[in-house]
Amino acid sequence: MPADPAPHGAHAARSDEATIPAGAAAPAGATRARPTRVAQAALRDVPWEVGVAKPDPAIVVDHVTRTFGGLTAVSVDHLEIQRGGITGLIGPNGAGKTTLFNLLTGFDQPNTGTWSFNGRDLGKLSPHQVARLGVVRTFQLTKALSRLTVLQNMLLGAQGQSGESFLRALVPGTWKAQEKANTERAMDLLRRFKLDAKKDDFAGSLSGGQRKLLEMARALMSEPQVVMLDEPMAGVNPALTQSLLGHVKDLREEGMTVIFVEHDMDVVRDISDWVVVMAAGKVIAEGAPDSISQNKAVVDAYLGAHHDAPLSEEEEDRFLAEDQAAERARREDVISSDRGRKRRTGR
Amino acid sequence: MADLLNAFAIAGKAFFGFQAIFFALLAIGINVHFGYTGLLNFGQIAFAMLGGFGIAISVSLWGLPFWVGVIVGVLASVVLALLLGLPTLRLRADYLAIVTIATAEGLRLVFRSVSATPVTGGTRGLSAFNRDFIALAPWDTGRRYDLIGTTWSGSELWVVTIGWILVALCSLLVWALMRSPWGRVVKAIREDEDAVRSLGKNVYAYKMQALVLGGVFGAFGGMVYAVGTGSAIPDQYQNANTFLAYAALILGGAARVLGPVIGSMLLLFILQFADTGLRSLIANGVIPAELLSSTDVAQLRYVLVGIGLMLLLVFRPQGIFGDRREVMLDAR
Repeated sequence: MPADPAPHGAHAARSDEATIPAGAAAPAGATRARPTRVAQAALRDVPWEVGVAKPDPAIVVDHVTRTFGGLTAVSVDHLEIQRGGITGLIGPNGAGKTTLFNLLTGFDQPNTGTWSFNGRDLGKLSPHQVARLGVVRTFQLTKALSRLTVLQNMLLGAQGQSGESFLRALVPGTWKAQEKANTERAMDLLRRFKLDAKKDDFAGSLSGGQRKLLEMARALMSEPQVVMLDEPMAGVNPALTQSLLGHVKDLREEGMTVIFVEHDMDVVRDISDWVVVMAAGKVIAEGAPDSISQNKAVVDAYLGAHHDAPLSEEEEDRFLAEDQAAERARREDVISSDRGRKRRTGR
Repeated sequence: MADLLNAFAIAGKAFFGFQAIFFALLAIGINVHFGYTGLLNFGQIAFAMLGGFGIAISVSLWGLPFWVGVIVGVLASVVLALLLGLPTLRLRADYLAIVTIATAEGLRLVFRSVSATPVTGGTRGLSAFNRDFIALAPWDTGRRYDLIGTTWSGSELWVVTIGWILVALCSLLVWALMRSPWGRVVKAIREDEDAVRSLGKNVYAYKMQALVLGGVFGAFGGMVYAVGTGSAIPDQYQNANTFLAYAALILGGAARVLGPVIGSMLLLFILQFADTGLRSLIANGVIPAELLSSTDVAQLRYVLVGIGLMLLLVFRPQGIFGDRREVMLDAR
């Protein structure tokens, strides 16, 4: 489904300027130097079209489809994700956002299509190989490792640990120094996420919001280049949402590429540099955050086409007739299948 | 009173006997599988059987030295772990459970079948393979020794000594592994595989390593049993033993280094104490013969163990060594 052609050039630039103060007002950003937002500047002149080429794409998706039985969960022709920016992925429930996440990170295999990260094909890689390349994700249902302590959760995120090989694990000398360095780094991150007081608690004893924070901090332990957050704000209280938002913005300032799924449009407008809208498995629109609420395809996807137009009398009659016809057909179906069953069982 | 003391002494022997070692080694393996990695292995006894028959077949049939038999047994259990793991470890946990339980039962039936009799000795099994091992004992194995009110034959004592050293080494290995980053990954896999995958760990490889490691511990258990009884008979390796080892593990506390060891010792103690205790009470007429005959005792002691386990799970679900906070997290 092609989206409506979005406004280009001058219009896009104006909307960018309007969002810059929002970035500067972030709680975490307030104490630092004014965020540079390189990605936003780079995306300024990119037209608001589905499948548009970005100046510096980190992830490129081509013709990826995934079907479950008869249902096409994801069917994306072309999508590029700008490096160093925050890309919001939105869409109604069942739009295929999480499935696309699963495909990109190797947790699911597509029926067709290819995608690459930094020009490297990710098509046949398993989840851990994708993660080792620097693409790390979080989950919609938070996966805190309950019976490990907060600190152990964090240490698990560190990459290239020699103590994780079976034989070297038996010789503490080979991993003690690395473990110490990792612990220091983990404590730094925990302090940043205000979890340092909880380092020896079981992760399972944390609150829902703290688990979200822990999951994000754990993902950062792997020093990723791309962070994919699946509904990072879901079920988190408003106060914590602000701090989570600040952390997400920090990621961008550290040069990471962030892709996140979110339903709260205020959040999306606040922090994204670019928004991709999915519905029924397809990308139906992309553009700067401000372009999205005006986009007809997006409004239709969320609210249904013609949601705001009153029905004319003829339309009303037509819909009614269609409904009745459908109902009748269904009833006949049921009766005939009933008969069929009786015949088969010999009654 | 003297009878009770006697029962206590006999149970004390069971506490340290080779059967306790057998269950301890099975349970240490299950602890690695289930307690730490979250793998449901319901056929641990199959590894033990390969361990026992590894020695028996190598020595009795092929005339190889005892130590080569040990290596054959270990290799056989490694191969079994790989065969079980290759198809199932990519799937959900229950598939491994189904495959292991079927393998344990199937393998025993194959070993006792008529067509396997030339190799395994069929239902009669194999014997006379531990002469080399017993000969290594530094003391006179023909004599009997009195130790804290119990009598041990010299060879029995030698098997038990080596057996407990083996248990100690295995526990040490588990302890060293579980405090390392390797152990951390394995425990994380128990909690949530996908989270561990998303952090760049090859979950499949770790699960395979854990399966092989626990299987080798099980094989050692089977070797101790074969050497302790002096024979390897397929029907000794009933899969009920796997579940007794699970009971021992839960009793001692899962995911604890000493949990399976103490659990097995206590389990054997309780079984033996209930057995001799009840028998002496019946013989003395304390329990009327019409209420309970001595033939019922063998079954009744398992009932007692079952009741004991139930009470344990109600009042101390973490087992003897477990951490209550840790167990209670699951209830949420």
